[in-house]
This record gives sequence, structure tokens and C-alpha cells, in this order.
Amino acid sequence: MPKLNINGRIRDVQVEPDTPLLWAIREQVGLTGTKYGCGVAQCGACSVHINGELQRSCSMRVSDVKPSDKIVTIEGLSRNSSHPVQKAWLAVDVPQCGYCQSGQIMAAVSLLKKNPKPTDKDIDEAMTNICRCGTYQRVREAVHMAAGNGNGTRARSADRASRRS
Amino acid sequence: MKKIVFGNTAKFTRRKFIVGSAAAAGGGLALGFNPFGAIGEAAAQAANGGAELGIWVVVKPDSSCVIRIARSEMGQGTLTGLAQLVAEELGCDWKKVTTEGLTPNRNLAAKRVWGNMSTGGSQGIRQSQDYGRRGGAVARMMLLQAAADQWKVLVGELTVASGVITHAASKRSTTYGKVAAAAAKLTPPDPKTIKLKEPKDWTIAGKPMKRLDTADKLNGSKVYAIDVKLPGMLHAAIKASPVFGGKLKSVDEAKIASMPGVKKVVKVSDNAVAVVADTWWRAKTALDALPIVWDEGEGAKASDKTIAEHLKSGLAATETNGERIHGDAKAAIAGAAKKVSATYSTPFLSHACMEVGNCTVKLSDGKAEAWLPTQNLEASLAGLSTASGLPLAQCEIHRHDLGGGFGRRGGTQDYIHQAVAIAKAMPAGTPVKMIWSREEDQAHDFFRPISICEMSAGLDAQGNMVGFQMRLSGQSINAQLNPAGIVRGKDMRQLQGYYEAPGDAQLGYTVPNLLLEYAMRNTHVPVGPWRGVNTNQNGLYMECFIEEVARAAGKDSLEFRRSMMSKHPKHLAVLNAAAEKGNWGKPLPPGVHRGIAQFMGYGSYSAATAEVSVSPQGKLKVHRMVLALNCGHAVNPSQIAAQVEGSVAYGLGATLYGEMRVENGRMVDLNFDTYEILKLAEFPKVETVIVPTHDFWGGVGEPTICVVAPAVLNAIFAATGKPVRTLPIKDQKLTAA
Repeated sequence: MPKLNINGRIRDVQVEPDTPLLWAIREQVGLTGTKYGCGVAQCGACSVHINGELQRSCSMRVSDVKPSDKIVTIEGLSRNSSHPVQKAWLAVDVPQCGYCQSGQIMAAVSLLKKNPKPTDKDIDEAMTNICRCGTYQRVREAVHMAAGNGNGTRARSADRASRRS
Repeated sequence: MKKIVFGNTAKFTRRKFIVGSAAAAGGGLALGFNPFGAIGEAAAQAANGGAELGIWVVVKPDSSCVIRIARSEMGQGTLTGLAQLVAEELGCDWKKVTTEGLTPNRNLAAKRVWGNMSTGGSQGIRQSQDYGRRGGAVARMMLLQAAADQWKVLVGELTVASGVITHAASKRSTTYGKVAAAAAKLTPPDPKTIKLKEPKDWTIAGKPMKRLDTADKLNGSKVYAIDVKLPGMLHAAIKASPVFGGKLKSVDEAKIASMPGVKKVVKVSDNAVAVVADTWWRAKTALDALPIVWDEGEGAKASDKTIAEHLKSGLAATETNGERIHGDAKAAIAGAAKKVSATYSTPFLSHACMEVGNCTVKLSDGKAEAWLPTQNLEASLAGLSTASGLPLAQCEIHRHDLGGGFGRRGGTQDYIHQAVAIAKAMPAGTPVKMIWSREEDQAHDFFRPISICEMSAGLDAQGNMVGFQMRLSGQSINAQLNPAGIVRGKDMRQLQGYYEAPGDAQLGYTVPNLLLEYAMRNTHVPVGPWRGVNTNQNGLYMECFIEEVARAAGKDSLEFRRSMMSKHPKHLAVLNAAAEKGNWGKPLPPGVHRGIAQFMGYGSYSAATAEVSVSPQGKLKVHRMVLALNCGHAVNPSQIAAQVEGSVAYGLGATLYGEMRVENGRMVDLNFDTYEILKLAEFPKVETVIVPTHDFWGGVGEPTICVVAPAVLNAIFAATGKPVRTLPIKDQKLTAA
């Protein structure tokens, strides 16, 4: 029986070896914060960290993962949503429907780990997750905030408009 | 608007009722005052340790306030906005506000006292604001009266701020939590008689409050319908005939019978097949391996080419299915000094909600339950009843926020019918979760309708537009979903945005001679509302063609539009706001060009400017967009900006990439590899300018999308000197002028 090390716990998963890691995480381990969006590594809703590397779990087989590989899902990212990226997401009010946000956050954490002070171009290249609600501008702002690049990239034009009216 | 009736008899039976309901709720302060006999103990229990004040507010002993929400939340922020409006009148501490989503069962049991629960057409706030604000005010008045009674002073001598009631003269104060129990014993005032606050005095509504529903979206703990777990649950993958209208002929079940986890192959209706297994991945794997024979039917002959020919026939025909006529446009154009003509078209589009279609159903002991993402909880309840054959009272819909909606999940309850059919084939009491693959989700949407539009305009010697003629040919949403909306063969919904009547989707131009005609040309592809619905195509057609006419007249794009807008001051004001913030007429960096557009839908006025460049290699970059919106009252400027930004992502993605191609009667683009979605790197800098006039309630979620495509296309026209007349742009060669 395959074993997975997820969020610091060893889990037995009764699946065929070619089962996508995503579905083992969701259906066997029962962690549903990691989402199914496309199944073909296009959207990034299924993003997790394996040994610190960002991976799209829908397109990895369980057999591709060794029992010693450390998998971290959104649930294991921090206690009490205390990771700076999660805090920035809250401060900027990034999510709309929220469905893609686990993946967005995992991607942002990975980016900042490799590149603590990303430029807009760096963010363009790293943040390739699909969001249908269109939270991209706030994702960018929150990444900058988490990086400590000032208070985001812009003042909120809408807030200014509301004060003026 | 539903009728809210507060019974006067409650006063006389109060004491007796309290005893019963307090017991039912487990004691404490659960008074469960019930002005609507139908709510009964269920509502008393729902008050959950708090005092129910009217029907929208529950106040707990610690002064925290639970605000009830009837509408669905799918990211659009209605939940927070409605809570702000109720809290504004309630006068509570915003930091102590939580919300409670109502279910259609409770609403039904209470004789729909909470009104219509459907969430579409950008109506979540505007159709709920009045009852919500009155509901908040009812609770405030009851709380103040309770304090006044306690202190034996006149209620008019009290003031309230953040849930603290003060009697200045006697220097006494108390809290909402302390008087809630007493307040719940009072007869609520008639909400119709309450004078609501002036928006200028708002302190909670109208402010950019943080959303109330963010926390569980940051750590994976939010449970969408697709995440539901139930004891003994099985999983189903489903495949419907890829050709619309096709039937299931046969399957070779034996081929997959021994595959791991497979429990059953289920024929669903006459056009789909599902595999039920112990996990979804095993169900999907087996379904993919299942030999299926379809009777594809007539639809299999259809393709993009045949559909395009069909639509073209609507341009040539003479009959109409809706029109707007003023003067004699044909004669005016024939006699004009200059004539401009063009034909535009837009394709089918899928919604591609991030959460794919899914529905969990449990049928047992004369009861049917369903868990699903829905924009219309009551339609889901009705669908569950129809599909299960059980009366409404024996059906229950479990409420979940949606992972995207965009119009896909309203009246059509296709998921629930399929999931019930699957559950019926399994032993009673077995919950079955059906999940659509992304491919199935793309193949079986209710797509944005396809259309083609031919326009002509005549200019006089001074470059004024003297006549405008349009013939729009395309598929009707009403023909698919709401035939009653077609009156004597006329379907005015397809002319959304071109109306003469003010208020909802009025054309902002006055043209002396105008002829707008719609020719209905339906196909076998199912269509439905898609964020912004027909304002998407209609805004593009009108505003891109107006741009062509302005250029033919040798006039500035903004000035040409303004010259036709004097009778439409609200449209004009929004256009001016976008132009000002968008620096219209001011210099741009080399290679960057500007476009502008304005249009109206969902009771709100929108305008946009776009700044684009086209590289020597033909690569398009949208640098910046300014969107101006007058939605009347602006309940949460931060969330309005979020919706505007969202409309850019949805609208610009469609402009650049969106196209659902049809081949052999079926959809071709079944995943995001070919149905490309706009990503962060392509998202322009978006600036939202809210210019509320505070004299009406307009929509927010949908209005601005209709100006996104035309503003961008008009900027491309400026950059290349050539109009883009068909979408998407991705396969077209752009050449910088």
C-alpha cells in the first residue's frame, strides 16, 4: 500500500499507483482544500508543495512520490492561517469565490521562498494559476505585501472614489 | 417584492410561546418570537441562543448579531454587501456581525417569508436592499424600545452607536445583547412604515468593508459542494452524449466490471451514462474505459460552418423577432453623404466555473437530500422534488457557497436530475456524489449564444450620424430556457442594451433614424445566461461600429459619442468619468493607443478606456483599463472594484481567447489547453471609478463586462488602423499601423 507523507503525517493510501496525487489527497487522505480544476496541469487549483517545490498534483501519480517525500497541502501551510502570504491575502481581501485560492496561495508561497522580493515580472512568470473570478490584481498586490514590498503596488482607486463621492 | 406581514396577535400569545420555544431551543435566551406562524420551532432553534428580532436579525447576549442571507454567494460579495445594509439600519457593531445562509426548506416552511432566493441578473443587492434595510431597522427599533421600557424613558431620547444604547439625560447605557431578550418580546413595527437612513448618513454601508467570508478560503477549510463527505458515500462520473440531442444506444458493462472499486454502471435518462465507484477517480477511470455507443442523431451534422450559414440566413431574411424603429433609417442612410457598413460576429462561450458541475444526492425513507452549487436554491429544491418524485416538504437542499456561477447555475438544474437518477439506481440511503470532469463541464454547458450582426450608418456632410441600421442574427436564450419571454414571436431580450425605455439597459445615443432588428436563429447547442448575457455581444457590436463611424466621420471617438448623448445625461456622465480618469486626449507612451466605449445593462451605466500596444510581431498587450460605473448606490466600493476587475478578467479573456468550436455536432474545446483562460500576466492595470448618483439601485456583478471588449477592440483599431470584427482575437494577425 502506497504511503504518503502529508503535512508531517504518514498516510496509507489504498489506490492504484497511477492514481493522481490530487485524488489520493482528496479522497483517501480527505484533505479537500486542494482542488480539482482541470486535471491537466493547466489551472493550478491542485497545487501542493513536495519537498518545498511547487507541484500540480493532478498530473503527478502517487507512484511518482516516495514515502520520504514531504508533501504540504494548504491545510499544512501554517497554524491558524498565520503564514505571511495568508495574512496578506486576508489584508488585501483577495478571494472572491475562493475555489482557486488554495492553489494561488501555494504558488505565492513557493515564489516568495525562492524570490523574497519579486518584481511584477517575476510575479507574472510565477503566478500562472487560473482564477475565473478575476482576482489577479489583488493576488499581485498581496504577493507584494507578503514580500514586504510596501503596502501593495497601488492605492485602491475605488476607495478613493468612494471618499470623493 | 414579497409582502411582509407582522401579526398583531403575537402580543397576546407571547408568554405562552416563549416557554415552548425556549425549551425547544435548549433554554437560554432563545425566544424565537414568531410573527409568522409558519416558521415555528425550526426558526426558534435556528436563533441558536440568540433573540430573533423580526426575520432577518438574531442578537446574541454578547451583542453579536447574526444577519440572515437568502441569496447565494459565488464570489460576487453579495453576502457582505447585504450584511452591511442590514447592519447599517441595525446600528450594531460591524465587528460583531456574522451571517447565516437560509435554506429553501426553511423559506418554504415559512411561506417564503424571506422572498425569492435566486441569485442572477445582478439582482442580489438591488432586489434585497429594501427588505434587508427594513429588517435591520425593525430589529433596531425593538432593541431601543426594550431599553426605553426598562429605563421608563421615551424611546426618542435614546441614541445608539455600534450596538450600545445610551440615554444621555440620565447617563445610562446598555448593550444590544443585554436588551435583546426583552426586545424579542415586543411586537415588531410594521417595516413598511419605517423611514430608512439617507445614504449620506451611512457609516457601514457605502464603505469598503472587508468581506465576511474570507477566512476559510485561505486555509482549505471551506467546504464547497464538491468537497462534501458523507458516511458510506459512493462517487459517480458521468458522460452525456457529446452531440447535443444524441441518445445513449448501448454500453459494454462487462468490459469494466472487474475494474477496481466499480459498483455499477447506470444509464441516466436516455442520453447519459454514469459509473458509480468507491472513489471518483476510479469511477472516472472506469468510465473512460467503458465502450459506449451513441445514437448521435441529427445534431451530428452541425459544425461551425453550418451554424455560420444558418446565422447568415438571418441577415438575409426579412422577418424579425424583435425590433426598435425610429424614423426611417434605410432612407436616411440611402440619402446620406457618406455610408459605413460592417458585419461583426461572436462565438459560443462556456462559463468554465472553477468548481466543475457536481451534485451529491441521498435518497432514503421518503426523503431526498442534495448538496450542490446553485444560484437558485429554490429551483434546486423544485428540481429535487421533480426528479425524486417526492413532495417539496420531503426534499432538502444543503446550502453551499459556489466555486463560481456566472449564470451557469440558475434555473437549469441539470446536475440534480442526473444525480437523482444515479442515486435511484443505488441502494436506498446511499449518498452518491456525482462530479463532472472538466471535459464534461465544457461539453455540456448552457453556452453564451452565438450571433452575427450587420450594421450600416449614414453620415451627413458635417459628419453627423443621420441613420443607423442593425440586423442581428443569432441564438435566443429565451427560446432555450424561457419561452414565455418570447411574446408573439418577439424576443426583446436579445436586443438587451438597445432599449428605448430608461432604467435597465437603455441605448445611450439619440439617432434621428434608427432601425434595430433581431432575427432568431437557433441551433442544437444549448445556450444560457453568461455574465453580462446579451450586453456582451450587443455592447461590442454597437460600440465597435460606432468607432468605425466616428473614424469615417473624421471625428474624435469621445466627441462623436458625446454629440449623440445629450438626452442621456447618466450615460454621458459615466463616459466622461472614464475619459477623464483614462486621460482621454492626453499623450501616451510611443506605441500605446487608446480606445473607449460606453454601454448600459442591469440598471447600471458603464464606460471604459483601454490602453494597448501591438508589437511589430503583432503581439497585443493590454496595459491599462479604466472602468467607470454608476450603479446608483455603492454599497461596498472595494467589492464593486473587485467585481469590475473580475469583469475585465472574464471579458478580456473572452475577447482574446474565448471560443467554443463545434465539430460533428459536439464541442471541440474541452479543457483549458485549447479553451484558454486569461492569466495574471495578461491582466492589465485596472482602475475602477465609481460615480454613484445615489438615486437608484443598479447591478454590479454584470454591468461593466459589456464595455471591456469594445474598449480593447477600439484601442486595437487605433493601434492597427483596422477594426477587429470577430472574436476571439487569438488567431487573427494584428499589424501595428
